[in-house]
Amino acid sequence: MIGGLFIYNHKGEVLISRVYRDDIGEAGLKAEQPIISRSVPKPVSCLKRNAVDAFRVNVIHARQQVRSPVTNIARTSFFHVKRSNIWLAAVTKQNVNATMVFEFLYKMCDVMSAYFGKISEENVKNNFVLIYELLDEILDFGYPQNSETGALKTFITQQGIKSQVPTKEEQSQITSQVTGQIGWRREGIKYRRNELFLDVLESVNLLMSPQGQVLSAHVSGRVVMKSYLSGMPECKFGMNDKIVIDKQGKGGGSEEAAKSGKQSIAIDDCTFHQCVRLSKFDSERSISFIPPDGDYELMRYRTTKDIILPFRVIPLVREVGRTKLEVKVVIKSNFKSSLLAQKIEVRIPTPLNTSGVQLICMKGKAKYKASENAIVWKIKRMAGMKESQISAEIELLPTNDKKKWARPPISMNFEVPFAPSGLKVRYLKVFEPKLNYSDHDVIKWVRYIGRSGIYETRC
Amino acid sequence: MCDFPFFSLVCTGEIFELKAELNSDKKEKKKEAVKKVIASMTVGKDVSALFPDVVNCMQTDNLELKKLVYLYLMNYAKSQPDMAIMAVNTFVKDCEDPNPLIRALAVRTMGCIRVDKITEYLCEPLRKCLKDEDPYVRKTAAVCVAKLHDINAQLVEDQGFLDTLKDLISDSNPMVVANAVAALSEIAESHPNSNLLDLNPQTINKLLTALNECTEWGQIFILDCLANYTPRDDRESQSICERVTPRLSHANSAVVLSAVKVLMKFMEMLPKDLDYYGTLLKKLAPPLVTLLSAEPELQYVALRNINLIVQRRPEILKHEMKVFFVKYNDPIYVKLEKLDIMIRLASQANIAQVLAELKEYATEVDVDFVRKAVRAIGRCAIKVEQSAERCVSTLLDLIQTKVNYVVQEAIVVIKDIFRKYPNKYESVIATLCENLDSLDEPEARAAMIWIVGEYAERIDNADELLESFLEGFHDESTQVQLQLLTAIVKLFLKKPTETQELVQQVLSLATQDSDNPDLRDRGYIYWRLLSTDPVAAKEVVLAEKPLISEETDLIEPTLLEELICHIGTLASVYHKPPSAFVEGSRGVQHKRLPGSAGSGESADSPDTGSAAGVSEAPPAVIPSQGDLLGDLLNLDLTPPTTSGPPPAPSSGMQMGAMDLLGGGLDSLVGLLHAAPPVPQRTDTPQSPQLSHQSPSPPDYSPTEVGPGDHAGPVKARSPAMGAGFGAPPTAMPASFPPPVSGGLDDLFDLGGSVGMPMGAYSPPKSIWLPAMKAKGLEISGTFARRAGVIQMEMTLTNKAMSIMTDFAIQFNRNSFGLAPAGPLQVLTPVGPNQSIEVALPLSTVGPVMKMEPLTNLQVAVKNNIDVFYFSSQYPISMLFVEDGKMERQVFLATWKDIPNDNEAQFQIKDCHLNSDAASSKLQGSNVFTIAKRTVEGQDMLYQSMKLTNGIWVLAELRVQAGNPNYTVSTVVCHVLCLC
Repeated sequence: MIGGLFIYNHKGEVLISRVYRDDIGEAGLKAEQPIISRSVPKPVSCLKRNAVDAFRVNVIHARQQVRSPVTNIARTSFFHVKRSNIWLAAVTKQNVNATMVFEFLYKMCDVMSAYFGKISEENVKNNFVLIYELLDEILDFGYPQNSETGALKTFITQQGIKSQVPTKEEQSQITSQVTGQIGWRREGIKYRRNELFLDVLESVNLLMSPQGQVLSAHVSGRVVMKSYLSGMPECKFGMNDKIVIDKQGKGGGSEEAAKSGKQSIAIDDCTFHQCVRLSKFDSERSISFIPPDGDYELMRYRTTKDIILPFRVIPLVREVGRTKLEVKVVIKSNFKSSLLAQKIEVRIPTPLNTSGVQLICMKGKAKYKASENAIVWKIKRMAGMKESQISAEIELLPTNDKKKWARPPISMNFEVPFAPSGLKVRYLKVFEPKLNYSDHDVIKWVRYIGRSGIYETRC
Repeated sequence: MCDFPFFSLVCTGEIFELKAELNSDKKEKKKEAVKKVIASMTVGKDVSALFPDVVNCMQTDNLELKKLVYLYLMNYAKSQPDMAIMAVNTFVKDCEDPNPLIRALAVRTMGCIRVDKITEYLCEPLRKCLKDEDPYVRKTAAVCVAKLHDINAQLVEDQGFLDTLKDLISDSNPMVVANAVAALSEIAESHPNSNLLDLNPQTINKLLTALNECTEWGQIFILDCLANYTPRDDRESQSICERVTPRLSHANSAVVLSAVKVLMKFMEMLPKDLDYYGTLLKKLAPPLVTLLSAEPELQYVALRNINLIVQRRPEILKHEMKVFFVKYNDPIYVKLEKLDIMIRLASQANIAQVLAELKEYATEVDVDFVRKAVRAIGRCAIKVEQSAERCVSTLLDLIQTKVNYVVQEAIVVIKDIFRKYPNKYESVIATLCENLDSLDEPEARAAMIWIVGEYAERIDNADELLESFLEGFHDESTQVQLQLLTAIVKLFLKKPTETQELVQQVLSLATQDSDNPDLRDRGYIYWRLLSTDPVAAKEVVLAEKPLISEETDLIEPTLLEELICHIGTLASVYHKPPSAFVEGSRGVQHKRLPGSAGSGESADSPDTGSAAGVSEAPPAVIPSQGDLLGDLLNLDLTPPTTSGPPPAPSSGMQMGAMDLLGGGLDSLVGLLHAAPPVPQRTDTPQSPQLSHQSPSPPDYSPTEVGPGDHAGPVKARSPAMGAGFGAPPTAMPASFPPPVSGGLDDLFDLGGSVGMPMGAYSPPKSIWLPAMKAKGLEISGTFARRAGVIQMEMTLTNKAMSIMTDFAIQFNRNSFGLAPAGPLQVLTPVGPNQSIEVALPLSTVGPVMKMEPLTNLQVAVKNNIDVFYFSSQYPISMLFVEDGKMERQVFLATWKDIPNDNEAQFQIKDCHLNSDAASSKLQGSNVFTIAKRTVEGQDMLYQSMKLTNGIWVLAELRVQAGNPNYTVSTVVCHVLCLC
């Protein structure tokens, strides 16, 4: 299991170090160089580096780009993830479950952000006591324990000073929640207004050939919820999943099936928050759960069939001699004209030896950003079934470089108010048998947002 | 609550300040001080001097302060074990605290303090906590047992904690179950043989129930533990699979992969024709694809695992090629892995798409990635024959880009394509040659040189090209030097007239000016070969090469099986067994996939495989040097030694032996006999055990020395007489098996032959097949050479109650190709208690296979009752032919030509004959005395004999006169191949 966990800043200084197992630790901490008074150079005899140093030297300060998120240095394995300038590294000497270690590191990031916001050097330093406390709780002897923020927040609080000793009931409630079946929700939650917010967030990914052929396209979607419900409500979520609708269609008559079949979508695969009863989904394909309180991600899904591609990019690149390049890019919006797309950005890469760029665009603003080697064309809003165009003349410096310019793909960003996969929420029912509010009393909000994932057209 | 200032404090004098603050009366101040201490500790400053002061703060009801003090204790207790004792009391007290959070905290922390004295005090509180009413305490205590076990395993056993832990598997709280499982798994790992995690259907059922209820992490522990279980039958296996499949929809990818592991493993047990099997296969694909939309680090782990899964069960993802297409923004480690999987999934159906992608990748920026993409194109060409042409043209396009590393990589793969499709794409050679100057990497240079040498006859200026390489011969890497040597020799053999100078130059460079033994030896071999017989050299050097295989860099099947059992773990990321990177005994047990119920597909274990073949053919004992020799020969004659994939095999290890046989044998025969490869080769069906001996060196089957193969006067020597005759012509005296003496004894069994007529020696009949074993048929017999015909003389006795008829006989392949020359002549039925004598004439033109011992003959006899098998050994002397008398001069010349180091000596005791009598007796057995010399009272007889397969044997027999118990002291045998 995980032998130790370190958090470094970008300079490779240790901000947090928690050692769970001897095999990696000890030496690591003792010989650790003080980061503030760095004046004493290490004697040559110290060349045998300990774990902490080994990671700093071989990964953070490595000359080459990191070639793998898992590094094995002297029979010690380092797993790392990076969040802005902060490196999180888990260290082990055993054959651990690698997937679990990475999942844990992400979870750790989530928990930290839930407690103090962005993971930055300053925030980590400011909250180091809290982080140690969390680490003590969510990782025991290298085994991840309950890491649901909702549960953790009930007993790890930084306002710990208010420690009026909790009553016995409270204590046992905490422990039963942390260890219990429904570790993500505590009992006795009360709201005056029972409200539910449901967001269908999709990112549509596309790789298109210059000729307009779809090389690959998929939508990865998430259903994100915010629930403010009293008690221990039982929820049931339904969408236009083809399998479910086909099943119902069989019972309800073929006409209905044909009608709804048109709107149903084929979900390639989906994964659920741990609150969803997976065995029930497996057998009946119904999504039922007791929701956590507040924000959470109910499910993730992926579709590849019948995707609505909101934009089509048509590139035209012409090389005029060795020092000039003409680029014309047309974008077409491909959705109902009543809808508006927002935050449209087209990024057209330029060669490294670009010396100047002249731009003409019909709509929005375009700029050549030399530091990014790209022309960035931004349009605030664009309605469906419209078309817009940019043309650019790129001056090139003559070079001796034999290698041709690799022509990275043109990428696009946007946001549209519908789900490109075609997913529709059919219902979200709430039952709370113990408290006297019914499904009608719950105020429900549903919103669809489609965003661009990696939306690229080769040119 | 801003703690930031703590990080900026600077050292001198600060310890004193802290000390004062720690001892302050105010709680707040105390806490701030402890925070400062922890901050200093984190950044690596030594604050151990404050130990007593910090420990004093421990007794507080402020949970936060307590946690901080515990944190400090965990770090420093080990360096100050004596003072750590001070804390024990508080711990023990805390373990009794009414607040379960504090109880758990205390027991958790105590387990982390790795001081022996403290662990002693830990036992009692731990025992209580394991039975605590609160699940939170119990789940913490469960992990604590693992901690304690890590410190003092004996103590845990003595205190009976393991049993308590086992009980916790039945706990009502799922998280307690999960932690108990985790702890038990870890402890079990360090006791590979203990039956600690006694998994039986009941416990499995409990685990499966807990699986539905516990946290995501707990699910991982349970699934990983389940993967170690071996279901009893396919029904149980299926029911577990059914209960595990819902986990594939979990948001946590570790849960998903662990579930995949369980399913992959248990699937082995399901019969393939089961509907459920197909359903399961279909269910596995989507979650695996979904893993690819996770964060890049997880994608990487997933891809490494998918690589394994695809090798084991390609059908799962065969339609999912597109998801492995590389995205521009993927981190490089993800890109490289995706590329690997793309090649694995490439098939005729999707090759067009794949090629288009690969071509796109070849223009990217990252050098490693581009190289791999180019290499992938080549691999596609080799894998999917229909696409070869398109691949080649794509590669040519890439060469036109003139990007240096692209060109070099392309040339390396084109060489492999040539190996797969010889004489198909030579038209591209011209384009390749244009880029000769830009090649600076050894591998590319070597590949180019190989191509030039291989197709020398079609390249007009091949000599110039090779000559240009020769100029800087000594600066080249070994790889290039070796290749250059071979290429020039090839060129010489193809165009002898113009290139004599060149070949001499390279041979002298290789043999005289180089201190690399490989190069030198290869040089010498070529040199000798060329100077003795160019025709033979041609056949050796220009021999047809086996085609290279399509699947390269597959993981060896047993390793793959083990890695499948480790899906999701580091082992699967490194593609190495845990023993390769884990120290100590932990996790070093090798895991295996369970055997399959319905199909033999799950790689029979080698043992069972060989066991099946044993009764028929005893396993050939393979001389240990064989390995070396095989390597050497392979190195020498399979031209592109660096081409990576070994020739021929299509499925890894088991085929490895075949492969060696293929490549090695040909070379062996070619080199030593200058003869074309013998078509019949020892292969798997005839000797099944062979293919299972994993480090199997090539077997020297006598096929190689079969009749009529000897094209030139190349010498081969066998060190011993008798059994050694048929053995292959290599210098390896030590490797000869004991039966040698058996043969010699027979041959020189002169003393016992008093009553025998002058004639070929024939041993008395012995019982070959006892009646017990053959349903009443007893066969005794002997071999003899009568009037130039080898005969097998048998007495068939019917000891059963019924009449036997319809006799027939057949031989297994044997060393000298013995076969019945006609049917077994038993015309009358053999009645009960009747015997019949038969003489079966034998020919030596049957199929050949080396036997162990060499003179072993396996016989099958059939009658109306059954088929019976037996084996017997024939005396080598019956193989000596009548025209074995060598000309004196030839004898002398040959004798001289054979160096002494290949002599084998053998002593024969108790011979009561003088040299003349011996000589005449031996002559009866076709051992001819060529000359006789007397030196210092010793008679030396020089003798020759010839075997049925044309091998000559020369011997020197020394007879010490005057010694009544005289000794035949030396026999020097020479095997010599003359046409």
